[in-house]
Amino acid sequence: MATTQSTQIGGLGYAVKRKEDPRFIRGKGTYVDDVKLPGMLYLDIVRSPLAHARITQIDASKALAMPGVVAVITGKDLEAAGLAWMPTLMGDRQMVLPTDRVVYYAQEVAAVVAEDRYTAADAVLAIDVEYEPLEPVVDPFRALQPDAPLVRPDREQKTNHIWHWEAGDKEATDRVFQEAEVVVAQDLYIPRIHVSSIETCGCVASFDRVSGKLTIWMTSQAPHAHRTVFSLVSGIPETKIRVISPDIGGGFGGKVPVYPGYVLATVASLQTGRPVKWIEDRSENLQADSFARDYHIHAEVAATRDGKMRALRVRTVADHGAFDAAANPSKFPAGLFSIGTGSYDLEAAHFSVDGVYTNKAPGGVAYRCSFRVTEAVHMIERMVDVLADELDMDPAEIRFKNFIQPEQFPYKSPTGWEYDSGNYPAALQKALDAIGYQELRREQAEKRARGELMGIGISTFTEIVGAGPSHTFDILGIKMFDSAEIRVHPTGSALVRIGVQTQGQGHETTFAQIVAEELGLPVENIVVEHGDTDTAPYGLGTYGSRSTPTAGAATAVAARKIREKARLLPRPTCWRSTRTIWSGATTPSASRARPSAPRR
Amino acid sequence: MRTVPISVTVNGEVRQAAVEPRLLLVHFIREVLGLTGTHIGCDTTSCGACTIHLNGKPVKSCTVFAVQADGAEIRTVEGLEQDGRLHPVQEGFWQEHGLQCGFCTPGMMMTAVALLEANPNPDEAEIRRAISGNLCRCTGYVNIVKAIRYAAEKMRQPEVAPAVAGGGED
Repeated sequence: MATTQSTQIGGLGYAVKRKEDPRFIRGKGTYVDDVKLPGMLYLDIVRSPLAHARITQIDASKALAMPGVVAVITGKDLEAAGLAWMPTLMGDRQMVLPTDRVVYYAQEVAAVVAEDRYTAADAVLAIDVEYEPLEPVVDPFRALQPDAPLVRPDREQKTNHIWHWEAGDKEATDRVFQEAEVVVAQDLYIPRIHVSSIETCGCVASFDRVSGKLTIWMTSQAPHAHRTVFSLVSGIPETKIRVISPDIGGGFGGKVPVYPGYVLATVASLQTGRPVKWIEDRSENLQADSFARDYHIHAEVAATRDGKMRALRVRTVADHGAFDAAANPSKFPAGLFSIGTGSYDLEAAHFSVDGVYTNKAPGGVAYRCSFRVTEAVHMIERMVDVLADELDMDPAEIRFKNFIQPEQFPYKSPTGWEYDSGNYPAALQKALDAIGYQELRREQAEKRARGELMGIGISTFTEIVGAGPSHTFDILGIKMFDSAEIRVHPTGSALVRIGVQTQGQGHETTFAQIVAEELGLPVENIVVEHGDTDTAPYGLGTYGSRSTPTAGAATAVAARKIREKARLLPRPTCWRSTRTIWSGATTPSASRARPSAPRR
Repeated sequence: MRTVPISVTVNGEVRQAAVEPRLLLVHFIREVLGLTGTHIGCDTTSCGACTIHLNGKPVKSCTVFAVQADGAEIRTVEGLEQDGRLHPVQEGFWQEHGLQCGFCTPGMMMTAVALLEANPNPDEAEIRRAISGNLCRCTGYVNIVKAIRYAAEKMRQPEVAPAVAGGGED
């Protein structure tokens, strides 16, 4: 590695000031609502005041008569164009606009297109929609009862049950439970939450009638995947669609799903031949965008009396709302939930999950975790604590007793995951030493003795990140690869284009550091571009902590190819830099100790 | 549509326009004046992304009508940099990694500038209280506090030779 240069060039592990910040601290970022095109129209959405209702009539005449109102779009209009429904990333379909019924509160009912934002908002209020209320079902256990209201009569299966999924060995697990000395059980509800990024969702869709090309600036964590979805929905070939994900004000998984608003703005632009902007307000964002979690878990642990965990049995009811539109990059309907045996060595485990429809906005966003890993980690760590409490054991001690031991790696978990390496006891010991665990316990005992409460919590976790390998991960059959394209200019500066999209992670800095490290070029001479499907190579986007493991690896591999090729070439005469492209591993300087520099 | 003429001084420049009485100040700043550094996060005075200075005081511009600002002095994030020199608060946010996605940053910085103009040496509790009306969903508060402390220290130091603000790189 180019060790002696790393500190000067800002290579991996060295603190450099972020390359994206100069524009953000000056208010010069370009977020989607900052995009303003000539002749641009504004779209606003009529939303349902009821969670479940039949639509008997939509009267848009008053709205259409208002000055500045250009068009009103209803489900019937979309149906005529074959666009009333769109596919979801989970193999379900979702209403863009309803033709006969609404299935959750704040669902999109109609869209208004007007010359400006305020007129569009006025026109939304002028549209009369008649509803015939239906009984809603918002509890997934109620939804599974035979007499429950049917959320999705459009499906062939006349039930609210979506899918059943299992992992692990049921018989082996049941056997261990039958003979176990100790069994503990607990119901855990991981509530529905909203990711609530500080920037809401929105887009500007612009269809050019002459070239036939559709350009969409949108709040997208996965611009290429979204281009593919737009192509599937509209029938327009991907070569004629350009998705630009500009600066994104936080994603947290909420900008992976495709929302009806994006499709409506696109339809409106196709219809009017003018650019159309749609920006959610915060209320719409909180009510109707996809939610995370909503897992009703029943977990049981079988153990010996001295605290050795033997088996784990987990039954879960997953509330997916009215459409199974989860942003799930794995091949499994419950994502990576079966990582829930965590860091512990168990004889057997069995997970079963049932997905259920309810009259709620779609669920299944991976908020700040790899998909369903937060739920899994909470479940197993809670159960270890429950067992420790039952056996009156120290929560650290019980974890040490059950960890997969360093010599057991590579380790195959009872749900089929292969763990390549690890030293969990050493890691936990290090953490306990760092916080002075024994001292804290003493302090706790003293405080409790004088009636003061003090709690100490411990949690360890093993999670899967870096959605990449195709045996586990997939969206739309594309698999979860990622890409990088590097161009090195004759003067030694480089342009890096990547298929992932930052929402604050700092890709423009991190990926430049990867290339700096690999090519020995100063980080300030490396420019990273992303988010524009016309220029960036295909990639599956940023979520579930996948960008650096996948696209970062692609970037390093691409840089190494360039490095090898560059070594074969004479140095260009225009290269004034005193640095070599690659110092090579055998140069004396490279064997020096890595200089100590501040690390983040 | 009835409009009302207004005149405001924005970042030192007089700007005049005829606006609908219901036009929000944030929309006036962003769409009429084209200063898009002021962001809209919640429409409800909760998040502080739209914070600007109105006559020297930090206000959330999503809950002020443009007509209410008639005759006022307004300062936005675009007005922080002076003669090619970053404001110490901008410098602090860059130096201390006080931002991630950058969306809350302009409002957060405007609140910080107002704090430091009123209290040049705030302690951590005072900083946290001052920014309690500004939300960062990347939850970068620790570094935001560090950034403001950096700026406070910098602003208390006597003026030295001016450093030219970096273009795109450090």
